[in-house]
Amino acid sequence: MSSTTSTTSTRPTGLASTASTATPVQTKGFVRGFVRRSVQRPWRLAAEASALLIAAVVAFPLYWMALSAFKPAGEIESTEPRPWTLSPSLDSFRRVFGQQEFGRYFLNSLVVAVTVVAVSALIAFLAATAVTRFRFRFRTTLLIMFLIAQMVPIEALTIPLFFQMRDLGQLNTLGALILPHIAFSLPFAIWMLRGFVKAVPEALEEAAYIDGASRTRFLWQILFPLVFPGLVATSVFSFISAWNDFLFAKSFIISDTSQSTLPMALLVFYKPDDPDWGGVMAASTVMTIPVLIFFVLVQRRLVSGLGGAVKD
Amino acid sequence: MSVAVREAASSEQSAKGSRPPAAPRPGRGAAARRKSPLARGGWTPWLYLAPALVVLGGLLVYPVYQLGLISFLEYTQAQVSGGEPTTFQGFGNYATLFGDQQFWQVLLATVLFAAACVVSTLAVGCALAVLLTRVRAVPRLALMLAGLGAWATPAVTGSTVWLLLFDADFGPVNRILGLGDHSWTYGRYSAFALVLLEVVWCSFPFVMVTVYAGIRAVPAEVLEAASLDGASQWRIWRSVLAPMLRPILVVVTIQSVIWDFKVFTQIYVMTNGGGIAGQNLVLNVYAYQKAFASSQYSLGSAIGVVMLLILLAVTLVYLRLLRRQGEEL
Repeated sequence: MSSTTSTTSTRPTGLASTASTATPVQTKGFVRGFVRRSVQRPWRLAAEASALLIAAVVAFPLYWMALSAFKPAGEIESTEPRPWTLSPSLDSFRRVFGQQEFGRYFLNSLVVAVTVVAVSALIAFLAATAVTRFRFRFRTTLLIMFLIAQMVPIEALTIPLFFQMRDLGQLNTLGALILPHIAFSLPFAIWMLRGFVKAVPEALEEAAYIDGASRTRFLWQILFPLVFPGLVATSVFSFISAWNDFLFAKSFIISDTSQSTLPMALLVFYKPDDPDWGGVMAASTVMTIPVLIFFVLVQRRLVSGLGGAVKD
Repeated sequence: MSVAVREAASSEQSAKGSRPPAAPRPGRGAAARRKSPLARGGWTPWLYLAPALVVLGGLLVYPVYQLGLISFLEYTQAQVSGGEPTTFQGFGNYATLFGDQQFWQVLLATVLFAAACVVSTLAVGCALAVLLTRVRAVPRLALMLAGLGAWATPAVTGSTVWLLLFDADFGPVNRILGLGDHSWTYGRYSAFALVLLEVVWCSFPFVMVTVYAGIRAVPAEVLEAASLDGASQWRIWRSVLAPMLRPILVVVTIQSVIWDFKVFTQIYVMTNGGGIAGQNLVLNVYAYQKAFASSQYSLGSAIGVVMLLILLAVTLVYLRLLRRQGEEL
């Protein structure tokens, strides 16, 4: 199977042509040669037009959210909704940040998400190293256990966790949100990090030992920096699950509202019979932006990471 | 730990019969040369695994055990406050649950709703992944970013935004479709359809991005060869791409099943806790309402156990599929 088009020659050399040997970090198979060859011009234009149209449809809810957040009150609650506004105002944002301790909730959410991300990333890194770089008894069993743990519906565990947090004295504290989320984000993180750890060549490890590095030194000074991009990509998932958490916040933070997080604060504005749409949309915008930034930053890693995680 | 001690530790281990599962080998020297130095870890892997195992044991395994336990007890507000002792009920809670008409209705709704979500998500995600490979950089980036935006949107946020979009009075969708003040959340099926749209919107990007990454990893030579042999686009997809992407398709399908089966926030927020007279309840919300709204913790736990068992069955099917593909874990 020799390649005839020029596009295929841009494939990095040294990558074997089977998908299974491509590492997640350097996955770069190109289908463009195939596309260029077999799809005629009008078809490609049609495909591109529909791609742009679909992108617009998919982005529309987000656009509408931001738009409604900036609309003055009279324009949102109008029976003639227009997809633009001529007099943007910050009233809704002022209402959101003024009416209650919104900044505090934002900070609470951030503390929960960042703690979960940092702790679970460290623990998952160690565990992923153990299951990829070592052969030991029960290794396969453990991997299967991690896979099964990933399937456990965390919502079903709300009831026992409620009593457990009560017994630990964690109810109404951020700890009640942090602890379960660390546990629930671990299995998927370990599973996904495996690909990244595996991608670090073993020769590097041997060289490090020959040069006299200790096991700990190799782990933190060589392996950790190399796996770090993968760690960031993996963090997206734990960040989202912690940041979005609604059920635990609703169930475990019952009386002390100073420990509340953003999803709960947002729903204060949303009363089913008479929602304050401007407030809800402004709060939603504030809540969505951090995740959006995180996503755009790690986008590349995410694509290759997912490719790697599901391929091995 | 010195090398000698480590060697001793691992040889002691293999003497006990706990030889690494890689393959039985005649001499240790050959084994050492074949494997990386880290591989002769002795207790080191367990040291690395310890934090993960402690956390998972305490916050995942133990709660699962508790969940099972509570489902066999009588556990209501009186027991929670310590007013009455807990009593063992055997399968009493399950009998109550299975005798309840509403439970079966909710179970059926959950399964059908999850199935509809999975099928729609996969169809949309795969179609758009293929589309991504057919377009140049700018439209691809646009679609990718829009998808990432939808993916990144928190469930609570997404739910409220979609409610506003479909709002009877102020929503643009009714204006565009000319539906007047038709309420989407009033009818059972239209409410489910609305939630389905939101779920598909925020979960198709995962499928799209993953499948796209998978297609990109397929070597161009293979596709070219097929195309040179005169295979049509559909034929290439069916006979070349789909088989090569099978592992990825299995993963995204199972992930979607698991996520969509557990939908909570969207239903809770968009139908205001399960819809009019509970018409839009799914198992998760049902369990929550039973436990925290009416303090029937043991019934809620029994529902949780049912969910757990269903998802466990899905997982076992998944593991079988993986094994049949000859995947090495």
